[in-house]
Amino acid sequence: MEHIELFFKSIFIDNMVFATFLGMCSYLAVSKKVSTAVGLGAAVIFVLAVTVPLNWLLDQYILKEGALVWLGPEYAEYDLSFLSFIMFIATIATMVQLVEIIVEKFSPSLYNSLGIFLPLIAVNCAILGGSLFMQSREIASLGLALNYGIGSGIGWFLAILAIAAIREKIRYSNVPPALRGLGITFIITGLMAIGFMSFGGMLTGGDEEAKEETKEAIVTPKKEINVIEVAEEQKDKKKEVAEITKEIVE
Amino acid sequence: MGLLSKKDAKLITDPFADNNPITIQVLGICSALAITAELKASIVMSISVLFVLGIGNVVISLMRNIIPSKIRIIVQLIVVATLVIIVDLVLKAFAYELSKTLSVFVGLIITNCIIMGRFEAFALGNGPWRSFLDGIGNALGYAVILIIVGFFRELLGSGTLLGIKVLGDPVEKTGLYAYGYENNGFMLLSPMALIVVGIIIWVQRSRNKTLIEEH
Repeated sequence: MEHIELFFKSIFIDNMVFATFLGMCSYLAVSKKVSTAVGLGAAVIFVLAVTVPLNWLLDQYILKEGALVWLGPEYAEYDLSFLSFIMFIATIATMVQLVEIIVEKFSPSLYNSLGIFLPLIAVNCAILGGSLFMQSREIASLGLALNYGIGSGIGWFLAILAIAAIREKIRYSNVPPALRGLGITFIITGLMAIGFMSFGGMLTGGDEEAKEETKEAIVTPKKEINVIEVAEEQKDKKKEVAEITKEIVE
Repeated sequence: MGLLSKKDAKLITDPFADNNPITIQVLGICSALAITAELKASIVMSISVLFVLGIGNVVISLMRNIIPSKIRIIVQLIVVATLVIIVDLVLKAFAYELSKTLSVFVGLIITNCIIMGRFEAFALGNGPWRSFLDGIGNALGYAVILIIVGFFRELLGSGTLLGIKVLGDPVEKTGLYAYGYENNGFMLLSPMALIVVGIIIWVQRSRNKTLIEEH
């Protein structure tokens, strides 16, 4: 259950592009055609799925405070978390290099179509951002880290796919000259981000109280019904007060 | 600008408008949008990028003849990561509240495309003094956009500037609030940052027609 919740949360609510604006540079640069956008999105999903769990292991067993306990009890107070930036970026750069070699060996056509963007994924804010958010949100297990990595990647993929499709269509629209290209893309992305904010209420059904609150909200949407209910409540309260005063008098 | 030659002075003034890293070169957008809900955060982020870009450019420029081409990205990443760790520790020590607001975005300066972009485009091919000026110029261009966006978002979103209530007190209904003005809370949410930058690009390209794309 926790896994499914985290999965949907990282795709829709904490979407990398629309909620935290990670990976915007390559998002804006590559989104002119849907085919390149799909290729880059797939590459980002793959790299995130590999690097977030790996960085989780690194954080858990080497970098966190007290993580080096497995070497010996005298290491329990060592806190290497200030090295996180360098170690995370080193793993990311290495994994991207590895992915590049593997893709070149097994699928030369994919390698050619991705071109320069495969090595550029190493410096994509989205990849480092995924690992840093994994660390700051203190994700609890390897499975959840993998879940978070794949979910974030799919969220980014959805975003770049949507904006590429829209940009292809507005090429034939009457955009004011000064807004053409970059300007209108920013405004459209802003509007899409507003749209994605509507997912914010999606996962409130975690505990009983929240469920009851949402039920009441759906059942009494109009003010008129509220007024009637309030009037009835007041009548009931008056009856109670009358009964209590009767008891006191008696 | 008495001590800078005309060419050198251009390195600082160009990124302000004609070659602005955010709106023209389309670099460094991630951090520009996410933390600009407060003017103070924008200013601190600009100073951090100024520090990292200025010193980073000089270091890479000094090493440019001994870095083998195949591992240059890794060397650049190590230089930037070290400088960012220094910035992060300084922020945590002297401005803890602010470092909590900026959270992971200080770390994300490492992958800020402006820094790697200027290393590749300028520092690897030019001397240290010019690289330093180029770094300062681009960081100032970045700072201009961040401060404009932060200014409008904080002013229209919470009615304050740097924490000082400039439009009156919303609770006690003084100043502008007495006439019925309400804060536009939407400005504090992230999508508005994108739209404000879109408007800045619109204004910039209307004034300088050469920047207009054909499609």
